Amino acid sequence: MISAKQQESPILEVKDLHVAIEGHEILKGIDLQVNAGEVHSIMGPNGSGKSTLAQVLAGRDVYEVTRGEIIYKGKNLLDMAPEERACEGVFLAFQYPVGIPGVSTSYFLKTALNAMRKHRGEKELDAVDFLKIAKEKAKLVKMDERLLNRAINDGFSGGEKKRNEVFQLAVLEPALAILDETDSGLDIDALKIAASGVNCMRSSDRAFIVVTHYQRLLNYIVPDFVHVLVDGLIVKSGDKFLALELEEKGYSWIEQEAQRKQLATC
Amino acid sequence: MPATTEAALKRWTEQEYRWGFTTDIEADSAPPGLNEDIIHLISTKKKEPDWMLEWRLRSLRHWLTLKEPAWSNVHYPPIDYQNIVYYSAPKQMKRPERLEDVDPKLLETYKKLGIPLEEQKLLAGVAVDAVFDSVSVATTFKEKLAELGIIFCPFSQAVREHPDLVRKYLGTVVPYSDNFFASLNSAVFTDGSFVYVPKGVRCPMELSTYFRINAASTGQFERTLIIADEGAYVSYLEGCTAPMRDENQLHAAVVELVALDNATIKYSTIQNWYPGDADGKGGIYNFVTKRGKCLGRSSHISWTQVETGAAITWKYPSCLLIGDRSVGEFYSIALTKGRQQADTGTKMMHIGKDTRSTIVSKGISAGFGQNTYRGMVKINERAVGARNYTQCDSMLLGDKCGAHTFPYIQVGNNTAQMEHEATTSKIGEDQLFYCKQRGIGAEDAVNMIVNGFCREVFRELPMEFAVEAQKLLEVSLEGSVG
Repeated sequence: MISAKQQESPILEVKDLHVAIEGHEILKGIDLQVNAGEVHSIMGPNGSGKSTLAQVLAGRDVYEVTRGEIIYKGKNLLDMAPEERACEGVFLAFQYPVGIPGVSTSYFLKTALNAMRKHRGEKELDAVDFLKIAKEKAKLVKMDERLLNRAINDGFSGGEKKRNEVFQLAVLEPALAILDETDSGLDIDALKIAASGVNCMRSSDRAFIVVTHYQRLLNYIVPDFVHVLVDGLIVKSGDKFLALELEEKGYSWIEQEAQRKQLATC
Repeated sequence: MPATTEAALKRWTEQEYRWGFTTDIEADSAPPGLNEDIIHLISTKKKEPDWMLEWRLRSLRHWLTLKEPAWSNVHYPPIDYQNIVYYSAPKQMKRPERLEDVDPKLLETYKKLGIPLEEQKLLAGVAVDAVFDSVSVATTFKEKLAELGIIFCPFSQAVREHPDLVRKYLGTVVPYSDNFFASLNSAVFTDGSFVYVPKGVRCPMELSTYFRINAASTGQFERTLIIADEGAYVSYLEGCTAPMRDENQLHAAVVELVALDNATIKYSTIQNWYPGDADGKGGIYNFVTKRGKCLGRSSHISWTQVETGAAITWKYPSCLLIGDRSVGEFYSIALTKGRQQADTGTKMMHIGKDTRSTIVSKGISAGFGQNTYRGMVKINERAVGARNYTQCDSMLLGDKCGAHTFPYIQVGNNTAQMEHEATTSKIGEDQLFYCKQRGIGAEDAVNMIVNGFCREVFRELPMEFAVEAQKLLEVSLEGSVG
């Protein structure tokens, strides 16, 4: 399935990743390779560990990595602080973006972009230059420009928050974008807009991991690979048709299949 | 800060000016202790008229009957009031010869605050070579104010030169019998500022840069009186963002504001006294009585304060809303870290009809800091149509600090409208992680979150002051987050 050319440029390699929170194991040995230009979808029932995987990649420290490794662009991702990962191009679109009262979206994002530019040894942008980029990208993801002047995520509707995440993705142009249930809480129109924003960000040097519970989103962001996560393990991988199959049959058949496998190995 | 050289120059000259007038006090000190002899000595030294001496003596006699208040939420060892020197000439500190001789830590802070080099020298007490013509700048400044009939001078000068104005208003807002610390101040105050803005005059400059450097040598017991006559406007800035070191541990100031019909007074403070070391040793006790009287119809008094310094802050800038349709405002940021304690807030006394008041208080606690908001809103029986809005937010950084809120509300008639909002939030792991995930480091993230939290208050400060205040918060928060 993976061509030789793509194999040469893995952006992310997750190997035998075990993660626990407060002594309770959530991820039980994840293997995943994501190459530049690919879109991977992680699906699975509630509580299977999808969001945990997304958070661990971003560096949330409440989770303890008990075994395994994560290699990002040839470097050990687990050695990097969250802000360093972000500066190196790892972006997480949050499932629940948090509000920061009194800090405007535009100020927040300018600070973020400049932190990254500084990290890359580039000149920091002034307010005028930044605003030019921000307005352009807002148009791209069809976000109301006025959100720029409002305190970030403070009093935003669910849809505004999610669109704001996609907008930030467009401004920050990461190498690896992880979308954590970006579809939840969106009506179909908002979903289409968010998806089209993501689609115009697709490129040969960027990879996406799209975490979702429903197949719906994948109608609009068509994945190259679909992985099904059940109880902390990827139990099945396939192409976009696997998502359709899941939509039709639900997760129970895969769960049963996984249980049978587990029993067989015991 | 724009035009830094000019500003530094101006500040320098104003300091010269201030020192100029204090030279008539000979360089000697009274023995420690407080009695009528000491009061006589102070009054004589300051060449005061009899009425002033009488007032001081009355204050002292009253003070002797009072007990130090114990109701506030601050804790400190007992103060021996008979062991304090109540009169001493300006201290002859050993002056560093060059900036390089000054404590590097202090210099580092100045740098972070963006204080210009010349001014750094002034603040650090370095002897500056006066290469510029200091007299002319001060003169221009004074001339401009004089043209408009604005009086702006040291309090002691006002007592001598404008006795009628001083007698008319002194103690009418904060009576000598008001409270323990106010009585003490009334007996022994050494100096402060006096401002009178005549009818219909809008003071064309912030009375700020002037005072800013003066703050470096303000005494232990300051007394300030500001009067805005009918239709007048004045904005007064007190304090300094630079850390102020002072030998005097006890500071008990009194500020009185009087606004007549349609007059507006804006009073902004940045307080950054020495907070003491990590264990709280050696910090300043800041026990201040600040009150404004909206005496006239549609008069307006607005207090804005950024309190980051002092070991203990005990301070409630208040408004007496006497004139119909008068407006009182209080905007406050209080930050406590290390072992700092702050018990601060306001009192809004609605007496006139259709009076309005707004209270916005932002308390930030870090380290072992204890931050208390204490506020009173009182609507009198006759204050028909009075309105108050109170917003009182606390933010905690870490789990060893504390935030406390004591709002008192008394409503005497049923036409009043009261709103009270209060929140307490811990600076969230979620907020921090969100910032970090966008490449923003922990320290910058905390600054951004705290500055956002305080935004409503910064907005009330004059532009230049607001920028400095934001930087000050950032410097103050350094190392507060692991």
